[in-house]
Amino acid sequence: MGDAMRAETVRMTGHGGDEIEAYLAQPLDGGPYGGVVVIHHMPGYDEATKEITRRFADHRYLAICPNLYSREAPGASPDDAAAAARARGGVPDERLVGDAEGARRYLTSMASSNSKVGIIGYCSGGRQAFLAACRLDLEAAVDCYGAFVVGSPPAGRSLKVSPLVHLAKDLSCPLLGLFGAEDQFPSPEQTSELEKVLSEEGKAHEFHTYQGAGHAFFATDRPSYRPEAANDGWGRIWDFFGRYLATH
Amino acid sequence: MCTYETATLPVQGAGKGAQGWFPLSQASVYFDHPARVPAEHALNIDLLNVERGAAARVAVELDADSARRLAEAIMAILGSAPASLVALGTGRD
Repeated sequence: MGDAMRAETVRMTGHGGDEIEAYLAQPLDGGPYGGVVVIHHMPGYDEATKEITRRFADHRYLAICPNLYSREAPGASPDDAAAAARARGGVPDERLVGDAEGARRYLTSMASSNSKVGIIGYCSGGRQAFLAACRLDLEAAVDCYGAFVVGSPPAGRSLKVSPLVHLAKDLSCPLLGLFGAEDQFPSPEQTSELEKVLSEEGKAHEFHTYQGAGHAFFATDRPSYRPEAANDGWGRIWDFFGRYLATH
Repeated sequence: MCTYETATLPVQGAGKGAQGWFPLSQASVYFDHPARVPAEHALNIDLLNVERGAAARVAVELDADSARRLAEAIMAILGSAPASLVALGTGRD
């Protein structure tokens, strides 16, 4: 098996037939490969998220990260785009689902796809990955510290975000949850509640909550980075996607 | 955590961004993940002209103490300025 890969900006069809920007990373040694949709964090479609996307290709997955802020800020720098999206109230849930479905279709249409697609999201993207996994037909989903799957933001906040736990009955695939014990959004109590609901619904899941880690412990460019939690978490991700997205 | 907490408000004035001066139409204020400052959370202020596109933005990211002192300074300066001038709003006269 070689290690060549290619990574580049592409155009894909998202929600409502809109053409949006995305970052595609693909291994080049033949395949067929499983696919991963990467949902970026609230600070946007930035260098750190592109690095994560390439990491999946390095592990022999087709990976695509749609720029969820393409419409608000075409061609803008990631920080300006994130600010523009925030000023307009954030990414509507319906649009997220449409963009994730477009990304899934993009991957399965590739000649080197094995037709299996999972999703992973970080921070706000963790919540969005859960949402997509409840609304779309996927093979595996990973929620990295997504807030407000359980629980509502305090009243009066201008970003439109609502709890999703009522959708758990529709979860289409196994869910891996990776959380920090020191995080408050989501808090360990909230992730325990989600775990309880998933168990009651008979949905396959595995949750890991890391001591000494808070929110965004995977983020190598931020002071929240916790190497022990992140390294173990990456191991869990490779094991999980290996089970559900591998070519047999 | 993503706080999602964002205050948006219309503003009048001008800001200087990467492309020079431009008229401002909106401000966003939020305590959430910053783009640049090495902290997990910061008090972020975006001064925007939404009609001119995402790059029409003046951005600052401050630690909470700095943000409080800035807010107090703004209020103190406005409070000490002659009421007849502050009441004019834009201060153009």
